[in-house]
Amino acid sequence: MTFIGWIQIALFCTIIVALTPIVGGYMTRVFTGERTLLSPVLRPVERLLYRLGGVDETREQHWLTYTVAMLLFHVAGFVILYAILRLQDVLPFNPAAQGAVAPDLAFNTAISFITNTNWQNYGGESTLSYLTQMLGLTHQNFLSAATGIVLAVTLVRGFARTSAKTVGNFWVDMTRCTLYILLPVCIVFTLFLVWQGIPQTLGAYVDATTLEGGKQTIAIGPVASQVAIKMLGTNGGGFFNANAAHPFENPTALSNFVQMLSILVLGAALTNVFGRMVGNQKQGWAVLGAMGALFLAGVLFCYWAEAYGTNMLNALGITGGNMEGKEVRFGIVGSALFAVITTAASCGAVNAMHDSFTALGGMIPLINMQLGEIVIGGVGAGLYGMLLFVILTVFVAGLMVGRTPEYVGKKIEAREVKMAMLAILVLPLMILGWTAIAVAYPPAVASMANAGPHGFTEVLYAYSSQTGNNGSAFAGLSGNTFFYNLSGAVAMFVGRFWVIVPAMAIAGSLAQKKMVAASAGTFPTTGGLFVGLLVGVILIVGGLTFFPALALGPIVEHLAMQAGQLF
Amino acid sequence: MLKEIRPAVVLLVALTIVTGLVYPLGMTGIAGVLFPVQAQGSLIEKDGKVIGSALIGQAFTSDRYFHGRLSATTAPDPQDATKSVAAPYNAANSGGSNLGPTSKALAERIAADVEALKKDNPGAAVPVDLVTTSASGLDPDISPAAALFQVLRVAKARGLPENRVRALVEAQIKGRTLGLLGEPRVNVLELNLALDGLTS
Repeated sequence: MTFIGWIQIALFCTIIVALTPIVGGYMTRVFTGERTLLSPVLRPVERLLYRLGGVDETREQHWLTYTVAMLLFHVAGFVILYAILRLQDVLPFNPAAQGAVAPDLAFNTAISFITNTNWQNYGGESTLSYLTQMLGLTHQNFLSAATGIVLAVTLVRGFARTSAKTVGNFWVDMTRCTLYILLPVCIVFTLFLVWQGIPQTLGAYVDATTLEGGKQTIAIGPVASQVAIKMLGTNGGGFFNANAAHPFENPTALSNFVQMLSILVLGAALTNVFGRMVGNQKQGWAVLGAMGALFLAGVLFCYWAEAYGTNMLNALGITGGNMEGKEVRFGIVGSALFAVITTAASCGAVNAMHDSFTALGGMIPLINMQLGEIVIGGVGAGLYGMLLFVILTVFVAGLMVGRTPEYVGKKIEAREVKMAMLAILVLPLMILGWTAIAVAYPPAVASMANAGPHGFTEVLYAYSSQTGNNGSAFAGLSGNTFFYNLSGAVAMFVGRFWVIVPAMAIAGSLAQKKMVAASAGTFPTTGGLFVGLLVGVILIVGGLTFFPALALGPIVEHLAMQAGQLF
Repeated sequence: MLKEIRPAVVLLVALTIVTGLVYPLGMTGIAGVLFPVQAQGSLIEKDGKVIGSALIGQAFTSDRYFHGRLSATTAPDPQDATKSVAAPYNAANSGGSNLGPTSKALAERIAADVEALKKDNPGAAVPVDLVTTSASGLDPDISPAAALFQVLRVAKARGLPENRVRALVEAQIKGRTLGLLGEPRVNVLELNLALDGLTS
C-alpha cells in the first residue's frame, strides 16, 4: 500500500461527497417536474413523446398501476431484445458477420439486460453485432437504469407524501429520467471517453501486421456511447469480453478515475434527493454516512489484500502485489478500488479479473453483493435496498424500547416490516439455493475453472452477482451452458422483481399514512447512533446469512494459501 | 390496466430509437469529426500499412524487442471449433487467465517464467508484471522496472551500447496522470518503434 494510493482513494471520496448535493438538487427538480436548465431544448421532445404514447402527464398512478406499467414495459423490452439477439445475423450493422445467438444464451442475456444485471455468458466482440450492441444493449442500459431510479424516487415519495393515494406517473418519470438526466450526461461523457481513446465507429474490425510480422485482428466498434451509459447507469455490461480492463473500454488512468466516479455519482446523489424530498437533507446524509462507512471498510481491506499479494509470488521473491489479472496502467490501487466500487454499486464492470484476486481481496466484492448492494448501490436499486434495511433498523430500535417505530415522520408498522423482510429474504433464497443445487449437479461442477475452494467461490460469486443484478464475475466459470443460462436468468429475474414489488407496496402504503410530529420519544435518525445501528443490522443480517458459505469458499482458501496448499 | 399497454409499446419504441439509434449514431458522427484518430481505434500506420493500435498490446517474442505482459487470450481451435487454443494478444477475443491464488497451474507457470527471466538478467529482481497475465490479455504497457529489466537482453541482441537503450527506455516512461492517478508505465509498442528508429 502506498501513500499515493491512499491519496487516490481520498480524492475519489471527496469528489463523490462534493457532487452529491449538486446532482441531488438537479435530480430533485427533474422528479418534482420543475423547470431545469435543459427544459427549453428537451420540453418539446418530452411533450411529443407523451402525445404519441397517449400519456396524460398530470394524471398520477396508484402504486399497483405504477408497478403494472413498469412490468409491462419490461415484458415489451424483453421481447424486442430477445428478437434482436436471435435475428442479428440477418439484421444490418454486422460487419464481423456474427451468427444468431443461441436460444438459451439469448434468453439469459435478454433477462440480464432488462434487469440491469448485464451478466454476460458471452464475449461481446466474438458474439454480438454492432446493431445488437446499440439497439439491443445500449438502449436497455438506459431503460433499466431509469427504471431503478424512478422506483427509488417512488419509494421516496411514499415517505414524503401525506394521505396520498398515488405515487407518481411511471411514464412521466421514465421519460424525464432518460431525457433530462441520463442522456445529457452520456453525451458529454461519451465525448470525453473518445478523447481518452475509446473507439466510436461503425467500421469493421481492423487487420494489422504487427512489428514482428504477425497478424492481429483488432476489434473496434461503437464502444464509447455504450461505455458511458454502462457506467452511469451501473449496468456494467462490457462491449468487449474483458470489459473495463480492455484498453478500448478504459484506455487511461484518467478514464478509469472518471468511470469510477460515474458508477457512484447518481446513487450517492439519490440519498440527497431522499433528504430533500422528506424535507431534511440530514436524513440523506445519514444514509450516505452508513453507506460510506461500509464502503471505506471494504476498500481498505481489499487494497490491503491485493497489495500483500499471494504466497506463491512472495515465496519466489516477487514483490509489487498481486498483478495476475490486472492492468499496469491501473495498478493495485486502481484495480482494488474499482472492484469495491463496482460491487458496492450494482455495476459489475470490471477493470481487473476478480477470479485472480487473492482469496480475501476477492471476498470483499462477494460480500458487497451479498449485502444486497446497498453500499450506495445501483442507480435507485441501492437506495430502495438501503431503505428496506432502514425499515428493519428502526423496527429493531422500536422493539428495544417497546414503541411503534417511526422514520422521517411515518409510522413503520407490520405491513412495511413484512414487505421489507420479504424483499431481503430473496437474497439467501436465490444465492444459497442455486449455489447448493449447482455444486451438487456434476455438469455444473464441470464448468468451474479452478479446483478446490476457489471453484466453489466461482459458483457462489455467479449467483451472488446475478441475484444482486451486479453482473461482474469470477470469469473462469464457463457460464454458457444450458443449466447456468437458465438458473442464472431465474436468479436475475427474481432478484430484481421480488425486491421491486414489495418496495413498491411499501411506497403505496407509506404514501397513504399521515405524518406524525416528532416528539421526545422519536428515535433521531440523523445522528451517529442511527448510522451505527444501521451498519450493525446490515452486517448482522448479511453475516448470519452468508458467513457459512464464505467460510467454505474464500476463508478456507486463504487458510490453505497460508499453509502453502495448492489445488 | 389495459390502457397502460399503449404507452408501454409506444414509449418503448420511441425511447429505443432515441437511445439505441439516434444517440450512438449521433455520437459516432460527432466523435468522428472531433477525435478522428481515437474514434477509429488510435491506429498506427507505417508505410501505409496498419501495424497495430497505440492502445492495444501485441505479441513480442524476439530478443531484439522489449516484451509485454503475458497474455492469456485464446482463439477457436482450427481443428475443432468447440475448443479453444492459446493465442496471445488476440485483439478479437480479450480476457484473462482467471487462475486463482491457490492454483497449481498458476504457481508452476510463474515459477518457470521466473527461472527463464533470471537468465536474461541475473541478479536483478524480477518485476511482477513480467510474470503475470494482464486482465485483458491486451495490456499495452509494462512498468518502468519491467522495461529496464529487459535492457540488457535487447542491447545484446541488437549490438547496441546498454546505456543508449536505457536512455531510450527512460525517455519513454509515462508518469502518473496529473502526478496522481494510475501508475507509471511504458507503452511497449511505442518503445519498440522507437527502438527500430534507433538502429536504422
